[in-house]
Amino acid sequence: MRFSRACLVALLLAFGWAFGCATAHAASLHEALAHFTTDDFSETADGINEVAVSGDPRAETIIRALQDGQLMFSAERKAVYIKDDSGKLTDAATGQAIAGDAPDDLDNVRINNRLRGALDAALGGLTLLASDPEARFEAAQAVFKSRAASALPTLETAIAKEQNARVKRALTEARAAVILFSDAAKDEDKVAAVEIVRERADQEALGLLSGLPAGASAPVMKAATTAIAAINNRLVLWNAVQNAWYGVSLGSVLLLAAIGLAITFGVMGVINMAHGEMVMLGAYVTYVVQEMIRTRNPALFDYSLAIAIPLSFLVAGCVGILIERGIIRFLYGRPLETLLATWGLSLILQQAVRTTFGPNNREVGNPSWMSGAFDVGGITITYNRLWIICFALAVFVALLALLRFTRFGLEMRAVTQNRAMAASMGIRTSRVDALTFGLGSGIAGMAGVALSQIDNVSPNLGQGYIIDSFMVVVFGGVGNLWGTLVGSFVLGEANKFLEPYAGAVLGKIAILVLIILFIQKRPRGMFALKGRAVEA
Amino acid sequence: MTLHILIRSLDRGAALFLIVIAAIALGVPALNLAVPESSAFHVPTYLVSLFGKYACYALLALSIDLIWGFCGILSLGHGAFFALGGYAMGMYLMRQIGTRGVYADPILPDFMVFLNWKQLPVYWYGFQYFPYAALMVVLVPGALAFVFGWFAFRSRVTGVYLSIITQALTFALMLGFFRNNFGFGGNNGLTDFKDILGFNVQAETTRAVLFAISCLAIMLGFFTCRAVVTSKFGKVLIAIRDAEARTRFLGYRVESYKLVVFTLSACMAAIAGALYVPQVGIINPSEFAPGNSIEAVIWVAVGGRGTLTGAVIGAVLVNYAKTFFTSGALAPYWLFMLGALFIAVTLLLPRGVVGTWRHWTALRRDRASAAAEDGVTDPLPAE
Amino acid sequence: MEALTAALLYLDGVTVSFDGFKALNNLSFAIEPGEMRAIIGPNGAGKTTMMDVVTGKTRPDLGEVIFDGLHNLTRLDETEIAELGIGRKFQKPTVFESHTVHDNLELALKSDRRARAALWWRESTDERRRIEQLLEIVRLTAVRDRFASSLSHGQRQWLEIGMLLAQEPKLLLVDEPAAGMTDAETRQTAALLREINRDRTVIVVEHDMAFVRDLDVKVTCLHEGSVLAEGTIDQVSANERVVEVYLGR
Repeated sequence: MRFSRACLVALLLAFGWAFGCATAHAASLHEALAHFTTDDFSETADGINEVAVSGDPRAETIIRALQDGQLMFSAERKAVYIKDDSGKLTDAATGQAIAGDAPDDLDNVRINNRLRGALDAALGGLTLLASDPEARFEAAQAVFKSRAASALPTLETAIAKEQNARVKRALTEARAAVILFSDAAKDEDKVAAVEIVRERADQEALGLLSGLPAGASAPVMKAATTAIAAINNRLVLWNAVQNAWYGVSLGSVLLLAAIGLAITFGVMGVINMAHGEMVMLGAYVTYVVQEMIRTRNPALFDYSLAIAIPLSFLVAGCVGILIERGIIRFLYGRPLETLLATWGLSLILQQAVRTTFGPNNREVGNPSWMSGAFDVGGITITYNRLWIICFALAVFVALLALLRFTRFGLEMRAVTQNRAMAASMGIRTSRVDALTFGLGSGIAGMAGVALSQIDNVSPNLGQGYIIDSFMVVVFGGVGNLWGTLVGSFVLGEANKFLEPYAGAVLGKIAILVLIILFIQKRPRGMFALKGRAVEA
Repeated sequence: MTLHILIRSLDRGAALFLIVIAAIALGVPALNLAVPESSAFHVPTYLVSLFGKYACYALLALSIDLIWGFCGILSLGHGAFFALGGYAMGMYLMRQIGTRGVYADPILPDFMVFLNWKQLPVYWYGFQYFPYAALMVVLVPGALAFVFGWFAFRSRVTGVYLSIITQALTFALMLGFFRNNFGFGGNNGLTDFKDILGFNVQAETTRAVLFAISCLAIMLGFFTCRAVVTSKFGKVLIAIRDAEARTRFLGYRVESYKLVVFTLSACMAAIAGALYVPQVGIINPSEFAPGNSIEAVIWVAVGGRGTLTGAVIGAVLVNYAKTFFTSGALAPYWLFMLGALFIAVTLLLPRGVVGTWRHWTALRRDRASAAAEDGVTDPLPAE
Repeated sequence: MEALTAALLYLDGVTVSFDGFKALNNLSFAIEPGEMRAIIGPNGAGKTTMMDVVTGKTRPDLGEVIFDGLHNLTRLDETEIAELGIGRKFQKPTVFESHTVHDNLELALKSDRRARAALWWRESTDERRRIEQLLEIVRLTAVRDRFASSLSHGQRQWLEIGMLLAQEPKLLLVDEPAAGMTDAETRQTAALLREINRDRTVIVVEHDMAFVRDLDVKVTCLHEGSVLAEGTIDQVSANERVVEVYLGR
C-alpha cells in the first residue's frame, strides 16, 4: 500500500515539474495542506508527502515549520497557519499575514517519531533540487543516511540535472544507498550500488554495507563483504595518515618549545630549567592581550595573536636577559649548579603566576582565521594546528637566517664552537650570552602563544613541555638547528605512532627508554658538533 | 683489616657526628615513651614520626652526596630509587593487612578487589614474607640503577645530559605507577597499613622503634660512605670528579667505578624509602615526581656537598623549614622561599653550610701555620 | 704470537680528518725500544693528534698503530692502552687538584686498577717505598702533603712526570714538557727525561729548539699531518723543506 502510494507520489512529482503552473501548484498544495487539519497522524503523513511532491516553492517552509512545531491548524476554518517566533500567524499556503483575528481552536499540528523520519526524507527530497549547491550536497548526504525509497525519483531527476561534480557524486551515492535498501531493485543494480558505496570509503559507507538487510541475495552479500574489507584497509591507511598528521603537529609544537633551549644550551652549555616557564609567560601574555581586547575593543580579536606574538617575544626575552644578568652570569662554568638555580627560578615564576592569575586554567580563544577544519581524503585537518606548523617552520627559517646572515648570528656560532677563541677575537662573550639567553627565552614566549591555541593555559603549562624539550635537545644534538628540527619531528611522530598501540603513557615511557638506548650510540645526539674544542 | 678501615674512616668529626646521632636515636624515643605527657620535655608521638621522616630524608641526602659530592654525578632522579624501596616495603605492609581491609580479602589488597582482579599478580608473590620484601627493597632499585648506569656510563654520558636522563627516568616511572592497571594501587598508592612484623604500625612504641632504626640507618649509611670515600676507591672517585679524562689515561675503568658507587647509592636511597613508608603510612606515585628528586639535591647543596655531615644537616634544615612554613600563615610563600633557596645557595653559598664552615676553619689554620713557617727557605725554584 | 715488528711503536698510514680537515695524513714512523725521539713541527702539524691516536682518545679513519709488535692500538680505548704501558703527559699539567702530592702519586702507582681492588686497598711497604723514590726523583718530597692546587707551575709539571713514572710505562709520551718553565727548570727537565730514558722509551713533542738540542736525540719533523724529515737536529735543521715550512731563514 505504501509502495503504490510512493509510485503515485513520484508520478505526481513528475507531473508537477512538467507543468510548473503556479495555480496548479497552489491547488495541489491546498489539497495537501488539508491533510493537516484533521489532527490524525496518518493524514499528516499523507500531508507531508503531498506537500513535498507538490513542487510548490512554499513546500520547504511548510515542512520546516512542521518540523519546528510551528505549523498550526484550525479545524473550524480548515486552514493551516505558520506561527513564527514572535507569535505572528501567517497563512501556510500564501505566506501572508492573516486577515482578522486568530481562530479560537488554533492547535499545533502534532508529529511523532515516524513522522519525523518522513519530514527528514521530505526535506531531503525538497532540498535535493535546491538552488544552492551546498544545500543539495547536504540533502544528498541526508538521503544517504536515511535511504528513503521515496527520494529515488527526485534523485534521478536531480542527477540528470546536476552540473556540479561534487554534488553529482553525492547524489549518485545517495541513489546507491537507496537502491541497496529497496526491495524492488535488481541484483545487478545492487552490486553496482555496492561498488559506488565502496568508492566512498568512509565510516558511513562501512556502516551502510555492514547493515545490509539480511534478505539480500548471495552475489550482493559477497560484493558487500569484499567492499567492507577494502574500506577497512582504506580506513586503516587513513588512520595512519591522521596519526602522521598529529605527529607533524606535535613535532611543530616540540620544535617551538625546544629550539630556544637548544640555542641556549649550544651557546652557553646551560640547561635552563625555567624554560618551560618562558613558554608559560608567553601563553599568559596572550591571555592578557585577549582580555584587554575583549574589554576595550572586541573587534580587534582576530588581530590578538598578531599583537601577542611580538609582545610575548619581548616580555619573555626581557625576562630571559634579566635571568642571565642576574643569575646565570655568576654561575658560568658550573652547568649543574645553573640547572639547580634555574629550577628554583621556575618554582618562583610558577608561584608568581599562580598568585597573580590563580591556579585554574585561563581561557584563550582561537581567532576566526584559526578556527574550523577541513577534510583531505579521509583525515580532518584543523586550522589551528596547520597555522602552528607554518609558524614553527617560519620561526625556524628566521632563526637559520639570523644565525647565518647576521653579525650576531656569527658571534653566537663562534661562541658555541670555541668560547675562548671567540673572546680573544674581540667578541664580547658576556653580551652574546645575555642576548642569546634573551633570544632563546623570547622564542619560548612565542611558543607559548602558539600553545595557548591548542592547550590549556595554566601555571603548570611549562612543566608539561620541559621534559619533552629536553629529550629533543638530547636526541637532536646541540649546536645545530637542524638537529632540533629533525629531533622534534621524529619524536613527535614516534610519540603519535606509539600512542594507539601502547596508550599515551606507555608510549611516552617507550620513547624515553628508546632515547636512553639511542644515546649509547651517539652520546651527544644526532647532529653533534665534532672537533677538539667541543670535547672540552 | 676491619680495624684499619674503622680507624681510617672515622676522624674526629665523623666520630662526633656518630655519637650525636646515636644520642638522638636513644634520646627522642626515651623522651616520648618514658617521660610523661605533662612534662615539658615530652616529645609527642607525631613529632617522633616527623623526625623519623626527616631521618629517612637525611639518608636519601647521604646517598646523593656520595655520588654528587665525591664523584660529580648529579642524579636528578634519585627519588625514583627512594620510591621503589618505599613501594617494596608498602607491598609487604599491604600483604600484612589480610582480612582487615575494607573488602576483607585475605590475599588481595583492597584496590585490586576494587579493580575486579581475581588473582594476585605474579610480581606480588612472596611479599608477605619480610625477608623477601627486605631483599626486594634493595634488589629492585639496585638492579635498575645497575642497568641504567651500565648504559649511561658506558656511553660516557656526563654532566647535564646525565642529569636530564635521570629526570626522564623518574618521570617515566611516575607515569607508569600512576596507571591503575600497573598493579601498584594507581594514583592512590598503597596505604591503610595495619602492622609491621606483627607490631601495630600506629602504636607509640612501634613509631619510636622505627625512628631509632632510621637513626641507626643514618649511622650505618654515614659509616659506609666514610669507609668508601677514605679508601683508594674514594680517591679515584674524587679524581674522576675533577678530571675524568685524566683518570682514564691513568688506566682506571671509570665506568666501573661510577657504576659501583651509583648502585650503592641507589641501594641506600631505597633503604631510606623503605623506612619512610611505615612512618608516614602511605606510598604513592607522586614520590616519583621529578620535583622531589631535585628538592633532595638542594638539601645536599644547602648542607654542603662532599661533606656527608652537610647532607644530613641540610636535609633536616630544609625539611624543618618546609614543615614550619607550610603549616603556618606563610604557606603560599613556601614555593617562593624554596625557589629563592635554590638560587641563593648556588650563588652565595656554593659550599653549603658545613662546607663553608670547614673552608673558613681551614683558612684560619693555614694562615696560622703560614705565620709559623716564616723564614723557611723554599728549596724549589721560584715560579 | 709472532711479533709484527721489532719497533716498540709503529705507525703506518694513519689518517685522521675532522670534518674534512686532515689532521693526520698518511702518517708513518717507527720508534725503537729504549729510544728517545723528539717530534717537532709547526702548529697544526698533527703532533697532539698523533698522541691522541696513540693513547686512544681519537680513533683514526685509516691506518694502523702497533705497540710492542703485538697490540693494535686503534681497537683499544684509553684505559686499555694505559694498562698496556703507555703513559702520557699533557701540555697543560693535569694533576688532581683536590688531592695531595702523595695521593696523586698513589693514584698513579702501577697497581690493580679494578674497582673491587680499590675498595680494599691498603698501602704496602713496597708501595710506600716506591712513592718515596718518586718523590725524590721529582724533588717534591718536602711538599708531599700539600694539595696539588697549591703547587707552582713547574712543580706541577714535575708532579705529572712523577705520576707518569709511577705508572711504570714502557712508552712515555711527553707533550711540551718545557712549556712555561724558566731556563733553569728547562735544563733540569731535560736531565730528568734523560734519566727516565735509561729504562723507558720516550717520545717528546716540543717547540723549544734549545730544549730539543739539549736532549740530543733523533728528531722527526711533522708537517700537515705527515713526516717531513727525520734525522739528528743538525740534519733536520739543514733540510730545505723544514727551513721553508718551520724554522725560517
